[in-house]
Amino acid sequence: MADTFQVLIDGHEAIAHEGETILDVLRRAQVETPTLCTHEHLTPAKACRACVVELKGSRALVASCERKAEPGMEVRTDSERVQNARRGVFELLLSQNDVSTAPALAAQAESVGADPGRYRGQRYEKGFFDDNQLYVRDYDKCILCYRCVEACGPDVQNTFALTVSGRGFDAGIAAGFGESLPDSACVFCGNCVAVCPTGALMDRREHSLRAEGRWDEERYDVVQTTCSYCGVGCQLELHVDRASNEIVKVTSPMDHSVTHGFLCVKGRYGYSFVEAGGD
Amino acid sequence: MENTDLIILWGSNAREAHPVMFHHMMKSIRQRGAQLVVVDPRRISGIEFASLHLPVHVGGDVALANAVGHVILEEGLENREFIARATEGFEAYREAVEKYRPEDVEHMTGVPAGKVRQLARMYAQADRAILCWTLGITEHHNAVQNVHALINLALLTGKVGRYGSGLAPLRGQNNVQGGGDMGALPNRLPGFQDLTDPAARKRCEDAWGLPVPEKVGKHQTAMFKAMADGEIRALYIIGENPVQSEANLHHVRGLFEGLDFLLVQDIFLTPTGEMADVVLPASASFAEAEGTVTNSERRVQRLRPALKPPGEARDDLWIVEELAIRMGVPGWTHRSAEEAWDELRRVSPIHAGMSYRRLEELGGLQWPCPSEDHPGSPFLHARLWENPISGKRAPFVTAEHEPTAEQVDAEYPFMLTTGRRLADYNTGVQSRHYAAPHGHREVLEMCEEDMDRLGFQEGELCRVSSRRGKVEVQVSRSRKVRPGLLFMSLNHPDEVPTNLLTLDATDPVAGTAEFKATAVRVERVATQGADSHPVEEAAQQNA
Repeated sequence: MADTFQVLIDGHEAIAHEGETILDVLRRAQVETPTLCTHEHLTPAKACRACVVELKGSRALVASCERKAEPGMEVRTDSERVQNARRGVFELLLSQNDVSTAPALAAQAESVGADPGRYRGQRYEKGFFDDNQLYVRDYDKCILCYRCVEACGPDVQNTFALTVSGRGFDAGIAAGFGESLPDSACVFCGNCVAVCPTGALMDRREHSLRAEGRWDEERYDVVQTTCSYCGVGCQLELHVDRASNEIVKVTSPMDHSVTHGFLCVKGRYGYSFVEAGGD
Repeated sequence: MENTDLIILWGSNAREAHPVMFHHMMKSIRQRGAQLVVVDPRRISGIEFASLHLPVHVGGDVALANAVGHVILEEGLENREFIARATEGFEAYREAVEKYRPEDVEHMTGVPAGKVRQLARMYAQADRAILCWTLGITEHHNAVQNVHALINLALLTGKVGRYGSGLAPLRGQNNVQGGGDMGALPNRLPGFQDLTDPAARKRCEDAWGLPVPEKVGKHQTAMFKAMADGEIRALYIIGENPVQSEANLHHVRGLFEGLDFLLVQDIFLTPTGEMADVVLPASASFAEAEGTVTNSERRVQRLRPALKPPGEARDDLWIVEELAIRMGVPGWTHRSAEEAWDELRRVSPIHAGMSYRRLEELGGLQWPCPSEDHPGSPFLHARLWENPISGKRAPFVTAEHEPTAEQVDAEYPFMLTTGRRLADYNTGVQSRHYAAPHGHREVLEMCEEDMDRLGFQEGELCRVSSRRGKVEVQVSRSRKVRPGLLFMSLNHPDEVPTNLLTLDATDPVAGTAEFKATAVRVERVATQGADSHPVEEAAQQNA
């Protein structure tokens, strides 16, 4: 079996490697492709359909995040059918979701030419859950991309605190059987927050600062350092407000071999001792 | 860890103590179909992913490892080619494990022989296997023997020196590896070089322009003894809280009270700092200082300052240099962390290739990394697979079972073992400040059978006593411990100073205390003026 082979993207030849998805090929060929549910370290849920492409010989559009590239494939991303489908995905999301903390989603919607007012239907009112001091859940912003479920489950954390409950418009992410997070299996690693694309899951401090109108990413420096706790050596990105000399958020680089962006509760949230007074 | 076929967690609660390492293990398990085996007295978190659990007796590790070795030899599963080419001392080992037939040593190991045989076959027959341990192995009075017993298994089966196959002690603190590597051990120079090696001493003397003492110093346990003997009268402590973290605290506190002078350098005024004559406030290294730390996989990574330290707090490096300057040591100046690191690179061959620039570009480097064109070393001991091997053979060091220093008896009928919980860390100096959703509090974990037998209610306050001290703590039902076994952490010493109970029986080589094995009794705390009495009596009265 050849290690690399050729495929056709919008009539142009492109190189694909064995095992790659169509999306991988598109990205390397710098063909702009909207994505919502796919994530470099998570199994694609194929839930959002934003990345669909037309594949010669396939009756339906295919999700490029999931479909593996094959020799001789002819892929179209510039057809009207693809553009219509992608626009529809974003228009439906915009009709039901609060996207105020999802600038990437809004930008992608704009880039596919989505009309925010095209559909006027029921909006999500799935509730705001504020049941612990580390992160909050605003499910009006949830697009059901399943990233949090994958990260909490078999792809990373293997805690399985989060799941999908309900069907259709009533489907939503839940902790256990609708329990509060502290009553669920949640261990507060915040890895679900790290992969949430819309701000539906948000660290408490960011949420509070936004509520006070004090969240200002322009002002923050991001400093990479090593966690102060156990011996794994997780890389932390400290998001720091230099003016007030405080950490506003901790994340981890997705491209580092130690963490792949994922942390534990102490690494992500256990930093406040640097701000504690002498007690 | 992501490319192995068998992971053994031996005395290692990795899912709680090293959660992100456990992510890597789960990748092997989910993506490669690797098996997980847990060897632990407790049913620890993550055991649901294990195909086998060996509920070893606290302190039964040498007997168990020897029994595994016995089965491997009895069934002819050893790697004879590897043993012959790369090891020495095998015949003595074979003789030593002869008497550890699993069926004969069940009273030492606590593990049914069938499970021992199963583990032996799994380990010997796996293509690649990683044997991980943590403090369940090393916090014992025979810690070094425990480690040798595990190393022997790797040598017996050739499970060392290949990618995805090896021995992995999981480090509990972000720079416990780096501290040792930098020479913060009584018998080591920077670069983990042997202090008694004249060539290594010469390298340092040339760089420092000062003679390096030839005499091996004292590890902490020996220092405590020297304090008791009046030989050590002054201490300088950086970033440690021994009056809460050490075993047998009443004794430790007495030693500290007897000092002429105590200097403590820390980020908070810890209880150790409260006893000090002078306290030097330090910056928090991970967020306020420049430098490096070394993780469990020998990866040197950068620390970078993000915040200005509070008040008069200074960088640890600056403080040490300033002390040297004020004491009039010739040649000392204030230097950057990178300049100090570059000096280390000149004296330490294993770090020589790790410039700050490369550490930055490559996301850290694993030693040995002898030159700037060296990619670093993801695993060690590959030389054992060369034919013939270069350098020394790897020695089998036979270990014999020794019971824990303290045994349960009629007066102290429970075995208390200690460890860390996910949300907390060591003596809580760092971890108690954040808003952990389940709070920061200590409980005594007891199994349902013992709670019912003793008539305890969930959350009831009880008194735990050992031969050295007593603490009061709420009792909580736990499915992780079995009858007769109790668990507490050391994480909340201000409220529950668990180390008042623990025993300072220490390993003669490493000096580590046996935090994992304390004989205790548990009593109901008297309410409304009644005297406390052992719960056994109470249970009888209730019956």
